Amino acid sequence: MSKFQFPESILSRPVYGTLAPRPGKSHLMIADAEGAEALLELADRDENLMANSHIIYLPKDTGETYVDRLRAAGPNQLYVGPSFAAATQRIRHVLGQAHMGLQVYLTGTEGLIGQAMNEATAVGIPHTAIQTEHRGSVARRMQCVHCKGITEDVTTDPFVCSHCGLNLFVRDHYSRRLAAFQGVCIDAEDPGNVPDPVELYS
Amino acid sequence: MTIQFNEETFRDDYSFRNSDWAIKRFPFPFHEDSYMYSVNMEQHRGGPAGSVYEKRFDVDEHYVSEMRDRALVLDDDPLRCQSLPHMTLAGWDTLELIMVSKSEDYPDLFELHRDGDQWHWINRPMGIEQKFTFLDETTLPCGPLEYITRQAQGDFAVLDQRDEMLWMDAGMVTTQADWSLDFDIGMNFFEWHAPVPLAHEMGIFKRALKFLLNIQQGAPARRLNWTMTVNPLLDTSPENYHKWGIQKTQMTPETIGAKQHLRVELQTFYRLPRSNALLFPIRCYLIAFQDLTTIPKWGRRLHRVIRDLPEELATYKGFIDNRPMMLDYLSQFDDGQPTSPGIWPDLTSEPALKK
Repeated sequence: MSKFQFPESILSRPVYGTLAPRPGKSHLMIADAEGAEALLELADRDENLMANSHIIYLPKDTGETYVDRLRAAGPNQLYVGPSFAAATQRIRHVLGQAHMGLQVYLTGTEGLIGQAMNEATAVGIPHTAIQTEHRGSVARRMQCVHCKGITEDVTTDPFVCSHCGLNLFVRDHYSRRLAAFQGVCIDAEDPGNVPDPVELYS
Repeated sequence: MTIQFNEETFRDDYSFRNSDWAIKRFPFPFHEDSYMYSVNMEQHRGGPAGSVYEKRFDVDEHYVSEMRDRALVLDDDPLRCQSLPHMTLAGWDTLELIMVSKSEDYPDLFELHRDGDQWHWINRPMGIEQKFTFLDETTLPCGPLEYITRQAQGDFAVLDQRDEMLWMDAGMVTTQADWSLDFDIGMNFFEWHAPVPLAHEMGIFKRALKFLLNIQQGAPARRLNWTMTVNPLLDTSPENYHKWGIQKTQMTPETIGAKQHLRVELQTFYRLPRSNALLFPIRCYLIAFQDLTTIPKWGRRLHRVIRDLPEELATYKGFIDNRPMMLDYLSQFDDGQPTSPGIWPDLTSEPALKK
């Protein structure tokens, strides 16, 4: 099962819903890994949806698991790519050419949803008009508040900043602009006293 | 009066000091012997002569040294001053408000001469003279918000207003109580306050937002907020927390009177005329425990407030570990006598310490 019920948290922490088909001239769907399951369920709920849809899909460690099924769902365009960075130019191009009536659906990990949301809001789509559904890993995209470097796919608390090497604890405080949670030095007041890392939400 | 500007530092050797004048006018934030969050807003229409509330933008003996400290912070980390693209006009509004207010309130220190859009600004304490064209960014050495807030004490958040909400879309933040402009820029009022405990559940932020959305031009408001800081460090930023955090553990019963500072924010709120943005200056005042307790009423009251503060607040404000040492120190200044209502020192009417 790829769904995870996040516990209630502070108000800057994003909350995710369940994707639902909405009327629109065209549909842009951006997903990674198990997010494919949410798109397949979406396709099941409205048989006409996929004919006007462009899917941008990053399988990550799910490999080929969902690719054939996504293709079989009959999207107008399907792109399967290796990373968000690789797909970014395509996403910008599609958003830049979009017309009124575009619906945006984002699903998968929080890092994917956050970065794709940034691209969509950058072209003027209000973040409240974008549907999101979390699926798969609860890994987080973290910004080190000290060096500003982003560490992708953080699964433990605390973790080591991949840029400056400080030991950071994982906060729920979230910046849409950075598409990242905030990581803060855990041993500033007692250098070297770093608790053993625990899996997030374990 | 003419202000004698201190030559002092807010880092390294921490030579910051408050004169007797600065101690007596300190904005003590507790109007009674206990503290809980409230929407403690009032009109910002002056105050008693000589108090920090008298002028629109208070200038005190720390001005020149604080501005030097700000320049050092910005050299180290230019991201402390940012403005999203739609906020430039609000930056000009801010520049105008501060230049007009300071030149009117402190004519011996600041002058502003305006001939249409040709402006001439003189800042005597900092030795700055600038001729520029109002609303033409190319005629200033940097953006208008950065230009004027490099010459004004306190942090400045500039809040855009849309969709019945305030958005933190620009700011100059180098004297903050542990929050990051670079992280929070672009957030709405509830989001940037998200980490504050208890206050959301109490409805504080909903009521505060309602009040702030309705602030009108020419009718600014103000409130006080407070926290604790070890050493007179202005830049208690999350960015540098891995460097300054250790200082919180380096106090002893012998040094606490000099090292532990009450940190008070005089927050004011101004509607800006062209942009309809809300300017939110957050002015930081620091006072060492050993200076604050020279005012008998404040010594008694601070002890009681810190002693009875809910644990969540002491944790959030970052002094839970030091609270026992603070209470040991402060208890010498609490003889159990009652205190008069209100924040003022009441030096002539309050009894001396009986201990």
